[in-house]
Amino acid sequence: MTTLLEMRGISKLFPGVRALDQVNLTVKAGEIHAICGENGAGKSTLMKVLSGVYPHGSYEGEIIYDGAPLAMKSITDSEARGIIIIHQELALVPLLSIAENLFLGNEVAKAGVINWPLAFQKTTELLKKVGLNEAPTSIVGKLGVGKQQLIEIAKALAKDVRLLILDEPTAALQENDSQKLLDLMLELKAQGVTQIIISHKLNEIGRVADRTTIIRDGTTVSTLNRDEITEDRIIRDMVGRDMAHRYPARTPNPGEILLEVKDWNVYHPDQKDRQMIRNAGFTVRKGEIVGIAGLMGAGRTELAMSLFGHSYGRGITGSVSMGGKPVDTSTVTKAVDAGLAYVTEDRKALGLVLDEPILRNISLANLAGIALRGVLNPRREAQVAEDYRRAMNIRTPNVQQKVVNLSGGNQQKVVLSKWLFTDPQVLILDEPTRGIDVGAKFEIYNIMNQLAADGRGILMISSEMPELLGMCDRIYVMNEGRIVGELSRAEASQERIMAMILNSAGKAA
Amino acid sequence: MSEKSYMGSHLREYGMIMALVAIVFFFTVIVRASIDVDFLSAQNITNLFLQNSYVIIMALGMLLVIVAGHIDLSVGSVVGFTGAVAAVLTVNLGWPVLAVIPACLIVGGLIGAAQGYWVAYWKIPSFIVTLAGMLVFRGLTLWLLNGQNIGPFPRSFQSLSTGFLPDLFGDADQALLGLDRLNGTALLIVVAVALVVVLLGLRKRGQDAAFGISPEPAAVFWIRNAIVCGALVFVGYKLAIFRGLPNVVMVLAVLTVIYAFFTEKTTSGRRIYALGGNEKAAKLSGIKTERLVFFCFVNMGVLAALAGMIVAARLNSSTPKAGAGFELDVIAAVFIGGASMAGGSGKIIGVVVGALIMGVMNNGMSILGIGIDYQQVIKGLVLLAAVIFDVYNKNK
Repeated sequence: MTTLLEMRGISKLFPGVRALDQVNLTVKAGEIHAICGENGAGKSTLMKVLSGVYPHGSYEGEIIYDGAPLAMKSITDSEARGIIIIHQELALVPLLSIAENLFLGNEVAKAGVINWPLAFQKTTELLKKVGLNEAPTSIVGKLGVGKQQLIEIAKALAKDVRLLILDEPTAALQENDSQKLLDLMLELKAQGVTQIIISHKLNEIGRVADRTTIIRDGTTVSTLNRDEITEDRIIRDMVGRDMAHRYPARTPNPGEILLEVKDWNVYHPDQKDRQMIRNAGFTVRKGEIVGIAGLMGAGRTELAMSLFGHSYGRGITGSVSMGGKPVDTSTVTKAVDAGLAYVTEDRKALGLVLDEPILRNISLANLAGIALRGVLNPRREAQVAEDYRRAMNIRTPNVQQKVVNLSGGNQQKVVLSKWLFTDPQVLILDEPTRGIDVGAKFEIYNIMNQLAADGRGILMISSEMPELLGMCDRIYVMNEGRIVGELSRAEASQERIMAMILNSAGKAA
Repeated sequence: MSEKSYMGSHLREYGMIMALVAIVFFFTVIVRASIDVDFLSAQNITNLFLQNSYVIIMALGMLLVIVAGHIDLSVGSVVGFTGAVAAVLTVNLGWPVLAVIPACLIVGGLIGAAQGYWVAYWKIPSFIVTLAGMLVFRGLTLWLLNGQNIGPFPRSFQSLSTGFLPDLFGDADQALLGLDRLNGTALLIVVAVALVVVLLGLRKRGQDAAFGISPEPAAVFWIRNAIVCGALVFVGYKLAIFRGLPNVVMVLAVLTVIYAFFTEKTTSGRRIYALGGNEKAAKLSGIKTERLVFFCFVNMGVLAALAGMIVAARLNSSTPKAGAGFELDVIAAVFIGGASMAGGSGKIIGVVVGALIMGVMNNGMSILGIGIDYQQVIKGLVLLAAVIFDVYNKNK
């Protein structure tokens, strides 16, 4: 087989982060090449370099495609050469028809006038190729995610694709839809379309991939041939880094059970048949830091937000008890009254009122705490904010600063302060150190340890496994909406967590 | 912080007051020069308040709606409709005025509730709901009035708009003090208000200092207060030598204080700002966002009903056209007053100054005999300029 694509020594810098460091990737013509790696390993960045999202000049290294160097300025350039990427988040316009979507920006037109009969005819042919039995005029938004994924592929075929890149194409799909998609990949391979698939799922890789490249921390670890692929090998290569991070020491001293959740079931807010959380159950003890591990889309945030005031999903069933007594958490107010707090993973969109000052953000979830019969006491509000500024070491000239002007770490401390002011028994921290620098991370870890020492329970969701291993007394492993395992601090290792995830993949009932 | 940099960071607030003073000064000079009339005559100042009271009253409610991230286009039609209801109840059915006023306020509240329900609980865009309301209530006004004017109102109803606060001191005392025709009560109230403004300002300065907030420089504080108090006492004196304090001015002042207190000092007021600033974050903080949006619309309806009665009382009849186009003046006043279209920001005092700017311009241009055509153009440009000034300031 000849080589279609060779990426040599690709490095990509973001402010403060080296996302890719001398990555090499060789893809042969006509093969299906899998790329494997942890969250944040650099897979998506690499694909964005390849597809022209990051133009030539914004990265180091060179791309040889079809025997010639490639210097793309935009996605349009890469598409003109037949390199087409299908992102994890589908890029279809839900209110337009299949035909309109397939030829969006690439219309079957002369002088700007669309030839609809021809467009419909071509649409029918393309839909046949991807095995989708729908009318060209069907509205895309009314089709399921699986069918939408096939339409994305048809859209790529409409552009004379030579190298098709699929970024976790089955992440949002049900089992039988996933199978259909994998079948289609093999069929396209038979027709000579080279493909790159990004996937975590071992069974998928085993089924379709000819070769697999594993990326870790922005560098290529290995490229394995089909006969070399084993679970152990992939896991070792994916997580085999040394524990470079440091975590503040603490002596765990778990007390009685604070939070207990049983048989928690949640359905998707829009697609009412799609179950997001299946029979999840867990406990958090007094003074304990409990982790939830899982890959993106495992349902961790959905679990936390559905618990906290039913802020996510519908058709929620299950029981929650605090300190042995059943509690109602069906609205945020009730959840807060029950002693829960949820620190969101998306602090800018869901955690803060960015244009308001620090003190107003800190008081927001407990205005009653700074008011008497509904009338605010500004002196008390300023005092509370000042106390948290000192306790949390929020770096700001004064608490009148708008939070939009703070760094990520300081913003996170404001969100934490807001929830601590409600005096919760159990804090759910969703990616508490996402997007903040190393120093601030250490401060957040210290705060967490202090909270646990004070007798609060902490449930920590994180995509960074070393962080979970370094901080947690116990770790639950989630995959595809289920809790698939539980590990004590002594048992837990990256390999075991990854093995639990990979082994459970695709086995959902 | 130096005076200059302090003024720079609070440009908007001072800019508003300065703009109002400048506009008043401009008209005083121009009106004197071109038609030799005193723009700041007692009668004209009284007229200014009577003509523009409705804008200020509704702007108070509109600020809440806009801070919450919505808009209410129906207020002009609600003014017409509640005026018509008042006319039918008073003139046709002979209800006593003391029953008509609460009845109309309830009608306004129900209208607000009917619109707010769809906006708050069904998430239908407020632009659409209130655009529909604008058409519906204009139509209902026509229907209720049968396309005709209904009037006149009894004297007690008219006093809503054209009445004046009686002078408690009577003539004897005035003669004693040698103050001919001066309404002592009016002057006393205004001087008292000015004193309260200064005292509250001093208190806030003390608090700011205690919280470690760099307070307004002393010079700026005293100059600002001198201008505000000077203007208050001047207007009060002018009103006192004419017919005293109009009832409408008293209503305006009381409402302004209540709404300023509500927006700045209460938990509910604070929650409305948080909801306008980031609805999702507010919701995840346990704030009942739907209920607050609903309340904002009910409140807007009640204030529109109050404005509707004042307009009807002033014209002494209800007409099918009453209130047409008011929504634009009200919304413009709120944006001139510094509120953001995106929600989450804006102050009551800014909105009152914004409404006064609109009012002074309306009044001044009418006195000068400028045609309605040019008036509209100028008002439009002032609105645009005020918002461009805001955006420019923010991006700087």
